[in-house]
Amino acid sequence: MEMKATETAPLAMEWRQKKSTKPKSERFFEGLIKAGGYSSIVLIGAILFFILKESFPFLVGAFDFKNFFFSTNWNPASVNNVSYGILALIVGTLCVTCLSMLIAVPLGLATAFYISEFCSPRLRETYKILIEFLAAIPSVVWGFVAIMMINPMIIKTFNVPIGLNILNASIILALMSLPLIVSVGEDALRAVPDTYREAAEALGATRWEVATRVLLPAAKNGLLAAALLGVGRALGETMAVLMATGHSIQIPKSFFDPARTLTATIAAELGESPKGGEHYQALFAIGLVLFIISLIVNVTADHLIRGRKK
Amino acid sequence: MIKKKFEIKNLTVGYNKKTVIHDLNLDIYQNEVLAIIGPANSGKSSLLRCLNRMTDFNTEVNVSGTVLLDGENIYEDEDSTFLRRRVGMVSPLPVGLPMTIKENVTYAPRMAGCKDQRELDFIMEDCLKKAALWDEVKDRLNGLATKLSGGQQQRLTIARALSHHPEVLCLDEFSIAIDPVTTMKIESVLHELKKSITIVMVTNVISQAKRLGDRTAMMLNGKILDLDQNDKIFGGHTKDSRTKDYIEGLFG
Amino acid sequence: MFKPSIHLLNKEIRENNFKGALSIMTFFLFLPALIIMFWLFIKGLPVLSLDFLLQDPIRGMTAGGIFPTIVGTFWLVIISVLVSCPLGVLAALYLSEYAADGRTTRIIRLAILNLAGVPSIVHALFGLGAFVLFLRMGTSILAASFTLAVMNLPVIITSTLESLKAVPHSFREASWNVGASKLQTIRHIVLPNSFPGILTGLVFAVGRSAGETAAILFTGVAFYLPFLPQSVFDQCMSLSMHLFTISTQVVGVPEAYPYATALVLILLILSINSISVLLRSYFRTRRKW
Repeated sequence: MEMKATETAPLAMEWRQKKSTKPKSERFFEGLIKAGGYSSIVLIGAILFFILKESFPFLVGAFDFKNFFFSTNWNPASVNNVSYGILALIVGTLCVTCLSMLIAVPLGLATAFYISEFCSPRLRETYKILIEFLAAIPSVVWGFVAIMMINPMIIKTFNVPIGLNILNASIILALMSLPLIVSVGEDALRAVPDTYREAAEALGATRWEVATRVLLPAAKNGLLAAALLGVGRALGETMAVLMATGHSIQIPKSFFDPARTLTATIAAELGESPKGGEHYQALFAIGLVLFIISLIVNVTADHLIRGRKK
Repeated sequence: MIKKKFEIKNLTVGYNKKTVIHDLNLDIYQNEVLAIIGPANSGKSSLLRCLNRMTDFNTEVNVSGTVLLDGENIYEDEDSTFLRRRVGMVSPLPVGLPMTIKENVTYAPRMAGCKDQRELDFIMEDCLKKAALWDEVKDRLNGLATKLSGGQQQRLTIARALSHHPEVLCLDEFSIAIDPVTTMKIESVLHELKKSITIVMVTNVISQAKRLGDRTAMMLNGKILDLDQNDKIFGGHTKDSRTKDYIEGLFG
Repeated sequence: MFKPSIHLLNKEIRENNFKGALSIMTFFLFLPALIIMFWLFIKGLPVLSLDFLLQDPIRGMTAGGIFPTIVGTFWLVIISVLVSCPLGVLAALYLSEYAADGRTTRIIRLAILNLAGVPSIVHALFGLGAFVLFLRMGTSILAASFTLAVMNLPVIITSTLESLKAVPHSFREASWNVGASKLQTIRHIVLPNSFPGILTGLVFAVGRSAGETAAILFTGVAFYLPFLPQSVFDQCMSLSMHLFTISTQVVGVPEAYPYATALVLILLILSINSISVLLRSYFRTRRKW
């Protein structure tokens, strides 16, 4: 190709004449980036694959749908009466999750309201740092707090024999999922355009009215997503719940009964079950159940948040 | 006969499903200044972006038709970086890259593989002088470019666009973010430049088109309404009455 | 003179009540965090000493220090970040610089979201199935770190993505305009200018993984080891796991020991997070645009 550099350039300018083709290294790195991009899909697939793989013999063998989901008899280590019923574990998980959300969702959303609508910027920064701090406390420390602090408090306050029970775990879980609920809820409220607030205030609405009649409907989906993500967090929490719920596989009759969750069961029993045995495979099957539940919760929450953006 | 630098044939450009340029034909001659005027959303900037294939970076854009540069279809090349060295572009808003002034001006040659420090220094001084910026920044070449004023940054943008010695320079409303004095400085720079390169400029300022252009094209709704020598267009001899109305400020 | 009607007065009272109630609630929400911190300090500080940090646990973990657990946590965290950082940055680069906003991107985003939402114990199961058994790493530092890396990946991708998006699009366009390729633009414009944000997110992820317990439970962490790990194929102890062990599994541990361990763990995480905060403010003062 005929090439002319401008006359003012007395230098060789070899670089200017060079017709570029994409160098090999560039292709290599772009391939790497693309592979990295797909890594999350691969990993999610791999998680599903390996959990299925490990639980497969159980799922095609001893697994009985009705017994698995509707029997309260979880007795995998028994010599002659082996039974894999996870109903009690599901109920335990549900109890802990529901109670913790009863505490955390109203508290979390109210806090989100307060921080996003009423706080001075300086106070907001302080609270945000505190939220980050709350979120940074690892679950094993929460479990420790449950045992050493909440446990005696419950025993003293309610005059019950043990303080490691559903109530304890719910309090801990509520505290653990609050940061997530508050920050997602605050994002949802902040996403409501300021023009909404100004328009309502111009009409003479008080802040209470703005909050309940304008912001709440406008940020409804986002707030719901915040609650749902909190649920996801509570469902999946392991160590703190393992330490706080006490150890008792039964359908609880009150909040002061100990219980066992799906996650805690895996954590407590996998180490003792022989690799490749039926018990071991059954625990992977519980993992599969958890995986599917978390998938549903997260996809729904994402759907709600995306719906808001449209 | 005057040499055709660009030949654009049946160019159609769409964003998503919306068509912004309809079946456009246009020749751009060597060493001329072609001004493109027209109201907002008439497809001027899109046309400009097709000339150096900046459209490649937006996956929502569909381009069909042929654009010949010196007789070769620029859309046939797999790699478009070489094309962008031949066809420089100045965006509407000044962009000083977050590096030193020196690094800004030598960015293009360095990316093209030039390592000779003497050559880089020469290019830097040459381009900054051409862009009428040298005197203002020669004492702080190692200062951050983002700290320059808007007008200085726009001239830096032009210096950067000249650093790879383009054969064609495209300017997209270069004066909307800068003051009149800087605008006049840049206009005189362009006057100098047009001796050696081809310039295509999109502008909203009709007097600018009149001052700088050899020919002026009027675009509306993705089509070229009028294209003629400046004395004809601004002498009231327009083919389409809407061009005249636009020039006289009746719409747009 | 303007005299507010009863109706308006009521409104105002209600408004103040509303605000007051909210602020009290918010305050009480954060009270536990402060109390917990205070309480750990009171109970743990007496035992906390250089000896406690630098000695091995002895007599069935009822005496001595926590040195091997700190070493173990260090190993786990470093290796997991070495794995997840490049992968996470690549993934974020793909999403922000290459992927079109189409179906694939949507699926990738959903995958990241789900990866972040999968319970940590399920990550542990995955690590056991994939790294320990399938890839034959055995229960080792390597397997545990890989599991942690998978857990951290969505955190790193999200924070990196945010910093990449903070680099103005006009910088990229300016770079493309002068004939720089996409990769050159990433290398010379995008990455240098988003580096502070990426680093901050990375340090934050480090803090998070330092406290993780469930995910490393079956993949490489031992309750007690009489020796320090010699290579990545050894098992190790970890601070978080040690806290679990001495507060639930071992009898006869002096009361202050788990408190001090918890305190060390929290302080470790807090100091890592503070580094992240400091980095953020340091880079803010040195912004180039």
